[in-house]
Amino acid sequence: MAEQISGQHQPHPDLSPPVTTVGVLGWLRQNLFSSPVNSLFTLAMIYLLYISIPPIIKWAFIDADWAGSTREACDSGGACWVFVKVRFSQFMYGFYPEDQTWRVNMAFLLLIVLSIPLFIKSFPKKAWLGAFILCIYPIIAFYLFYGDAFGLERIETTQWGGLMLTLILAGVGIVAALPIGIVLALGRRSNMPIVKSICIGFIEFWRGVPLITVLFMSSVMLPLFLPEGVTIDKLLRALIGIVLFQSAYMAEVVRGGLQAIPKGQYEAADALGLSYWKSMTLIILPQALKLVIPGIVNTFIALFKDTTLVLIIGLFDLLGMIQAAFADPKWLGYAIEGYVFAALVFWIFCYSMSHYSQRLERKLHTGHKRN
Amino acid sequence: MKLLKSLTAITGLALLAAASNVAAGTLDDVKKKGFVQCGVTTGLAGFSFPDEKGNWTGIDVDTCRAVAAAIFGDAKKVKFSPLTAKERFTALQSGEIDMLSRNTTWTLTRDTSLGLNFAGVNYYDGQGFMVKKELGVKSAKELDGATVCIQAGTTTELNLADYFRSNKMKYTPITFDKSDETVKGFEANRCDMLTSDQSQLYALRIQLADPGSAIVLPEVISKEPLGPVVRQGDDEWFNVVRWALYAMLNAEEMGITSKNVDNMKKSEDPGIRRFMGLEGIKGSGLKLPDEWAYNIVKHVGNYGEVFDRNVGQGSPLKIGRGLNALWSDGGIQYAPPIR
Repeated sequence: MAEQISGQHQPHPDLSPPVTTVGVLGWLRQNLFSSPVNSLFTLAMIYLLYISIPPIIKWAFIDADWAGSTREACDSGGACWVFVKVRFSQFMYGFYPEDQTWRVNMAFLLLIVLSIPLFIKSFPKKAWLGAFILCIYPIIAFYLFYGDAFGLERIETTQWGGLMLTLILAGVGIVAALPIGIVLALGRRSNMPIVKSICIGFIEFWRGVPLITVLFMSSVMLPLFLPEGVTIDKLLRALIGIVLFQSAYMAEVVRGGLQAIPKGQYEAADALGLSYWKSMTLIILPQALKLVIPGIVNTFIALFKDTTLVLIIGLFDLLGMIQAAFADPKWLGYAIEGYVFAALVFWIFCYSMSHYSQRLERKLHTGHKRN
Repeated sequence: MKLLKSLTAITGLALLAAASNVAAGTLDDVKKKGFVQCGVTTGLAGFSFPDEKGNWTGIDVDTCRAVAAAIFGDAKKVKFSPLTAKERFTALQSGEIDMLSRNTTWTLTRDTSLGLNFAGVNYYDGQGFMVKKELGVKSAKELDGATVCIQAGTTTELNLADYFRSNKMKYTPITFDKSDETVKGFEANRCDMLTSDQSQLYALRIQLADPGSAIVLPEVISKEPLGPVVRQGDDEWFNVVRWALYAMLNAEEMGITSKNVDNMKKSEDPGIRRFMGLEGIKGSGLKLPDEWAYNIVKHVGNYGEVFDRNVGQGSPLKIGRGLNALWSDGGIQYAPPIR
């Protein structure tokens, strides 16, 4: 008794929250069973997963065949990954001669090694490294791929294929389309009537035609108009088509960013006495491009997937190579395995791009974001 | 409308101009550059597809190799341009390729309006039927009232309608978009039979869980002669391609194979001696080396060998010779004599 009186006021210790609101149970209740409708959906989804996931896992892993090198090895009823295994190097390099594939590996390895410092925050002179990757690296890569110099054997572009070709198409498309797109976007907002109308004409023309048409024109019509004996490399034709096509889309994305910059920013730049190019490169574009990162990456991802369209002009990108492989009578009927593999590879690349863009957004976030 | 018309006219003119531009002298060009540029499919079982090592293989591919062997004595001096169905004729017209050997059906329209010539037939195809063995059907005529699995939007669909109507039979079509789906539908018993070009039926049959459970009926209801194509107006080159094909047929008829060709060279038979370029006109008419025919058989094989290895019993497709047997064996493959 005495203790109670003399002691100071002791609050009753907190009751632990009801078991139904914490831990696993609480999380379930809050997220999955918060209302009758949600509960119903949850149960339906669980049922759907139950009937779809186990068969997929059974097909792709448990019943799958991994070992062996012929069709006969695939007899357990599941996926036949042997097909992908046997053709793997073809899916990666196309018809590139086997003893020369080190050149492709080297080119991509070099790119990875060069890019790593860009991700390290404190690395000095990043701008120079970036410029090197954009200006000098493509030349090195070209000579590695194509050869015909420095004692390297010449490998015609018709022998390029598989994932290598997909990456070349997407890489060149992305790297070339962005600067052209920026210039076009600036041109479209220019006060100079001729520049402006040329840019509008260009953008609207290329946005108005489907990529398939562009590729067809480049591969089917163009050769007819060229003088006899002049042939432009098919891959080069496709690349030019893709770059022009994508730069029009890029221009519109960038223009969206330019329009979002308040007028005051333009006026402030003018008031500082900056020239047009200085005000653009120092003030407007850094802000505008940052705003449209999601749009730019969206276009890149779309471009990456659009490269599969080169199949219709007889270039074997990853998907084309896979489709050609299951025309082999020895492997007829294993289309699903091929497509699953293609989907996986494409997903890895597209997801990485999307992930990188989110990282970039966070890094460049300087207070405009609304939470 | 006017604009459209003039655009079409210009395109047409350009096509013609391009076709005539490169018409002459293909053989000389090929000799100069050292290889034959040959248009093939982007992947069709048995006809042209890349094998595990990336080498093009197939009956259409071997036709190109035969031409290269005839000119250079080396079947490897070919470069292949994989072409889609839509670009194949333009690629030939514009001179991007020297010959087209791409599963292409010879029709009047194509022969006359494209500025191209068909040099021969390397495979007589035609639309046929595949049924389950358990039905016990021996002929398509017994199939009144059948359900038919078919790929949508192809001439196959029209041929089928014609065939059933002219035989006063009824059928229910079940259409699919892709050949993979068609064969799945057939396997799931959604239809009694499946129809497509015969060469394709064999390719589809392999995809069944038990290929032995289905048979291809003997009836062929359409004519699809497939053969190599060259530009019109270049007779020299046309002759080379045509006779490369004939040489393979003649070799089979005379019993010359890639294995015994060196022994046969010692033969006293005047026909074989002419074939080997030891007497007669030799290579001069074609402007080829005298042993052009010998080289074809030596490096590629005779028609029977090529057929067997790519689509016949030596391949997973196991297509019977049928129409493609020699005329002396009940087929219609016939070549004029080399003399």
